[in-house]
Amino acid sequence: MRCVILGSGNIGTDLMIKLLKGTDASGSGTTPLELVALVGIDPDSDGLARAKSLGIDGPHEGPQWILDNADDIDMMFDATSAYVHARHYKEYEEANIIAVDLTPAARGPRVIAAVNLTEHLDAPNTNMVTCGGQATTPMVYAVSRAIDRLPYAEMVSTVASKSAGPGTRQNIDEFTKTTSMALREIGGAETSKAIIILNPAEPPIMMRNTVFAALPEGSDHDAVLESIFAMEKDVQKYVPGYRLKNPPVIEEGPFNTPGGVVPHRAVVLLEVKGAGDYLPPYAGNLDIMTAAAQRVGEAIAYHRADQKAGA
Amino acid sequence: MTTPDYRLIDSTLRDGSHAISHQYYAEDVVRIVQGLDAAGVQVIEIAHGDGLGGSSFNYGFSAVPEKELIARACEVTTNAKIACLLLPGIGLADDLREVNELGVSVARIAVHCTEADVTEQHIKVAKSLGMEAIGFLMMAHMNSPEGLVEQALLMQSYGADTIYIADSAGAMITEEVRRRVNALVEALEVPVGVHAHNNLAMAVSNSIAAYQEGARNLDGTSAGLGAGAGNCPTEILAAVSSKYGIETGVDPLALMDLAEEVVRPLMPRQQVIDRAGLILGYAGVYGSFLLHAERAAERYNVSQAEILLELGRRQVVGGQEDMIIDVALELARKHAEAEGTQA
Repeated sequence: MRCVILGSGNIGTDLMIKLLKGTDASGSGTTPLELVALVGIDPDSDGLARAKSLGIDGPHEGPQWILDNADDIDMMFDATSAYVHARHYKEYEEANIIAVDLTPAARGPRVIAAVNLTEHLDAPNTNMVTCGGQATTPMVYAVSRAIDRLPYAEMVSTVASKSAGPGTRQNIDEFTKTTSMALREIGGAETSKAIIILNPAEPPIMMRNTVFAALPEGSDHDAVLESIFAMEKDVQKYVPGYRLKNPPVIEEGPFNTPGGVVPHRAVVLLEVKGAGDYLPPYAGNLDIMTAAAQRVGEAIAYHRADQKAGA
Repeated sequence: MTTPDYRLIDSTLRDGSHAISHQYYAEDVVRIVQGLDAAGVQVIEIAHGDGLGGSSFNYGFSAVPEKELIARACEVTTNAKIACLLLPGIGLADDLREVNELGVSVARIAVHCTEADVTEQHIKVAKSLGMEAIGFLMMAHMNSPEGLVEQALLMQSYGADTIYIADSAGAMITEEVRRRVNALVEALEVPVGVHAHNNLAMAVSNSIAAYQEGARNLDGTSAGLGAGAGNCPTEILAAVSSKYGIETGVDPLALMDLAEEVVRPLMPRQQVIDRAGLILGYAGVYGSFLLHAERAAERYNVSQAEILLELGRRQVVGGQEDMIIDVALELARKHAEAEGTQA
């Protein structure tokens, strides 16, 4: 499947380097995604220079270039901003280009790679939520599938200041709202909250994510812990640096959550070490986003190929 | 009445909330607001200790939804303005809109002292609602005077009406406060404020020094109720200011009555500088971590002091309360391993 990346910033450039490795997101097979171009708007950007040095086309005409070359493009990864995506997403759809959206624009259904990867394979546009959402929703889902009901879940994401770009900083409410919604819609929590903290420490800290989950009376704690360990392995299939920093713990309350008073909570302390493809390993927030996008793009590509073969 | 030389902002109902694990009830709010208002305090801040939207697993759930308490505060105040605090990343611009409807007219937008560009969205929303917007740079000991000026100028450019620095770890000695306030007063067009904590027993003297360097807004809490070893006690600040001949516009005796008769009876413990409190100031650790670290120490049978020192080493910032559990678990594992080796 012929694809392009729009946006030559940190995310777009990191994704380019991942796709050029030729392996799929699991690292064991060959990727069905053939990268045609990294498309930017600034001819002098570091990302476009990097593309050219790697032998990839690096036009700077932005979305228009994609539309002009629509006949030769099957899929686009949007690594620009919510604003740019919202302005052009209909044009991609009309041009029959599948869009995998890495911005918080949320025009298409949300996908968390480890949870609902195969749910929206026919959608013309899928949204990748947020980096914190990709990191924590799987664990919220891991808890909710192990108990009868999950009245409340919360995530706290701490990222190194250096890896939080101007988009995140100016629209921090978008991050928390979108992430919080994913904890409910995909994670299975009845109520939720998301928190993001920026830490300027030098050397920069690894991305940290913590999930708190409310456990109602009668929850099977062993089943919860087992489900969490299993989910760690599932996410590691496409983000090798994803790990439980400490074993998950069940703490005793009571806790007066927005979903009601519960006797216990599960605490899941996660760390995401990036693969170091473009930015250094501390920028795990970038890595989990690009790795998840690659996995989603590949799942769509396989699905479409199957459909063609079947037709 | 003569014009006060500085504006006193009381944060008993916001920062004080940490010390009672966010368990304020409506009747407490009514009595404290009435007491502060009658004593002549100009601005009363109220919210969860970690700002609007702070009620959470990570920071502790409020006993009563903060907006109910804020609504009561707005109803009973006569002269004092009601203020709130918001940390972008925890609270939302929508929260500002809601409390503005309730009558809150001052919004303090708080952020770690190197991350001012995160406040643009919320300062602008506060201004568009017609609120006074105060930029609030936390953990100010972690940035240089020049660095703080750079951050404060950003907030000023977004429209902030006043810029505060907060010694959130109670870690600064007087010279450090003087240099920072002096640099800010020189560089900014808007007034400067200081929010002090008492972990090194410097809160009142640092506040007076800040005034002498040109700060025209100072924070206190009744009986020092607050995160860590507590805040600058409002009634002591008023009394000491009066000794210095600094006009506060508030009645120190009325504030003493409030502290003694209303606030102290609410306190699960008096604000003292014990070992843990002192370590916060000594190691430069965010004051709100104190009680969370105490609970984690009990839960995992490790030392609270060790937890706080490790948090200092990791350069953890305000809001990262989840790291307290992380550190406690690691300490517990290390102890278990050490015992295993000995056996």
